[in-house]
Amino acid sequence: MLQRLLTYLIVFTAGGAICALAQILVVKTKLTPARILVIFLVAGIIMQAVGLYERIHNVLRAGISVPIVGFGAALARGANQYAEQHGFIGAFAGGLAITAFGIGIAVVSSYIATLLFRAKSK
Amino acid sequence: MNKTLHTGQNTKWVSCEKQPAPIRKREVVKKMQDTSKRTLFFGNRPKIIGCSAVVGAREKEGPLGKFFRNVETDKTLGQKTFENAEIKMLEKAVESATRGAKLRFSEIDLLLSGDLMNQITSSSYVARKMAVPYMGLYSACSTMTQCLTLGASLVNAGYFDNIACATGSHFATAERQFRFPLEYGCQRPPYAQWTVTGAGCSIIGKDGDGPSITAATIGKAIDFGIKDLSNMGAAMAPAAMDTLCTLFKDTGTDASDYDMIVTGDLGKLGSDIFRDLMSGEGYYMGQDYSDCGAIIYDRNQRCYQGGSGAGCSAAVFNSFVMERLWKKTINKVVFLATGALMSNTSSYQGESIPAISHAVVVEN
Amino acid sequence: MATKAEVLRNKKYSEYIAAITPKTHLAQSLLYAFLIGGIFCLIGQLIYDSFEVIFPHYDHIRLGNITAMVLIAGASFLTGLGLYDKFARRGGAGSFLPITGFANAMASASMEFKTEGLTFGTSTKMFSVVGPVIVNGVVWSTVAALITMLVKVIAAAIGG
Repeated sequence: MLQRLLTYLIVFTAGGAICALAQILVVKTKLTPARILVIFLVAGIIMQAVGLYERIHNVLRAGISVPIVGFGAALARGANQYAEQHGFIGAFAGGLAITAFGIGIAVVSSYIATLLFRAKSK
Repeated sequence: MNKTLHTGQNTKWVSCEKQPAPIRKREVVKKMQDTSKRTLFFGNRPKIIGCSAVVGAREKEGPLGKFFRNVETDKTLGQKTFENAEIKMLEKAVESATRGAKLRFSEIDLLLSGDLMNQITSSSYVARKMAVPYMGLYSACSTMTQCLTLGASLVNAGYFDNIACATGSHFATAERQFRFPLEYGCQRPPYAQWTVTGAGCSIIGKDGDGPSITAATIGKAIDFGIKDLSNMGAAMAPAAMDTLCTLFKDTGTDASDYDMIVTGDLGKLGSDIFRDLMSGEGYYMGQDYSDCGAIIYDRNQRCYQGGSGAGCSAAVFNSFVMERLWKKTINKVVFLATGALMSNTSSYQGESIPAISHAVVVEN
Repeated sequence: MATKAEVLRNKKYSEYIAAITPKTHLAQSLLYAFLIGGIFCLIGQLIYDSFEVIFPHYDHIRLGNITAMVLIAGASFLTGLGLYDKFARRGGAGSFLPITGFANAMASASMEFKTEGLTFGTSTKMFSVVGPVIVNGVVWSTVAALITMLVKVIAAAIGG
């Protein structure tokens, strides 16, 4: 039980800290959210490529996989995995193939949300 | 506010508190040939015979709420899209201004109108509905004064008897046009402004009762190199400064000669910058100066630096300012709406934001 | 184009603007980003753990996928209800960095352009905000995989 609570504490702190780091970029630089997302995404890809991500993830769990860093790492993991399975051409397909769960549900749920709701003026 | 910059020996912007109101000798208004040709004088005194403003619920809740008679609490005005809502709102403003001037649509000789939508479609669709001669104008958020300037010129020259000048903006359509989708979770910087949901229309007539437009100064596109799309006040203040200084010089007046000087949508930050810029030019803007954007929302409505958009100055001028002119609590007003002349494309391509401001003098 | 005097004037003006423009309250905005970002991650971990209890035989990759999918669907739903941007207004990076922000960007864009129809509005504009993430993700993950392959090939060649 205590172990579990500690995990949650780590997840909360780590996730919050990553977001706070991004917020520093928002406040201190003129970078737009899209740029910051791309920076963290590429950071995730690099971490995965050099084999660092897995080890961090074992400690931080959802604290690093829920922020966009996790998405980048999944893309890189997929590309790498498919490249090993299918050779050279796999590198192009793997990223999308492995993240298709998330992108797929995002497209479908956005579509459903669009059918059910309408945008409100604030 | 960081004071060190103002006292630096090289900077020409000085803080307003440090600058005593300069005593300027009144020049006799005789040397028309010396003026910059940017100021037009309307000898035939075209009058604003009717005016109306339509606003949304948020504007009604603001400090100027009691001046807004026509309020649309439904943000879509019963329409399917926000674009149609904007058209409807503009249409209502034109309609009630026409009624206020005791005219019918058929008696309107010309509609001058503009808005912020892609190809000023809102205005064009209003014109379609009204079926009157129409010229669409675009000058971003300074469209109201551009319409008034042209309308007054045409009436003064005797070409038309009654001209409707209208403009409006809607928060939802402006967000889509210039920023992000409505439901997108984005954080605005504290110096951002909030697009006003509102429309305003003035009817300029040859005869009739109402305050007259006696002069107008046409603005230049002024660019001080601001690139931040959120900081519109900083981009537009220099244009307002340039136009107002020209107006003062051309008419031989200064701020104390007017009961009220009102800028368009500089916002709280922008109007502070404007005061600083004006005092750098030797004009002290006292209590008679205010800004439509800065006064339309309350501090606790969380609209950052205040309102913006073409509808901001149009709605405030056609309700608050005109009502006070009509009641003769004020008799001489300078109204300068300010507009930023950028597009999304130009700003993504790294261009800085040019701004413009046209001024009209309205007197009883 | 611009004269020297204008360049100087613009420089001075932008310094003046930078000095008087109000700044975001750093500590406060960091706190909100930390709290809201942390809460999203915590919710993610809770979803993961509950599915682990329900389906003990699933491996961690499948559980990870399910977690992401639940978060995304939930965020799309909140966006539809018009609630997501309420905490985003305070949360800043705390709400756009987690995967929920990705879902919010997609759902908001597709809802916004509903009025242009489901084909030309919703379908064409759905990726208008998240496009950079997908494009950069695919490009750089492919590059990373190719480099990894190349390194392996070279290492094998040297080793052999």
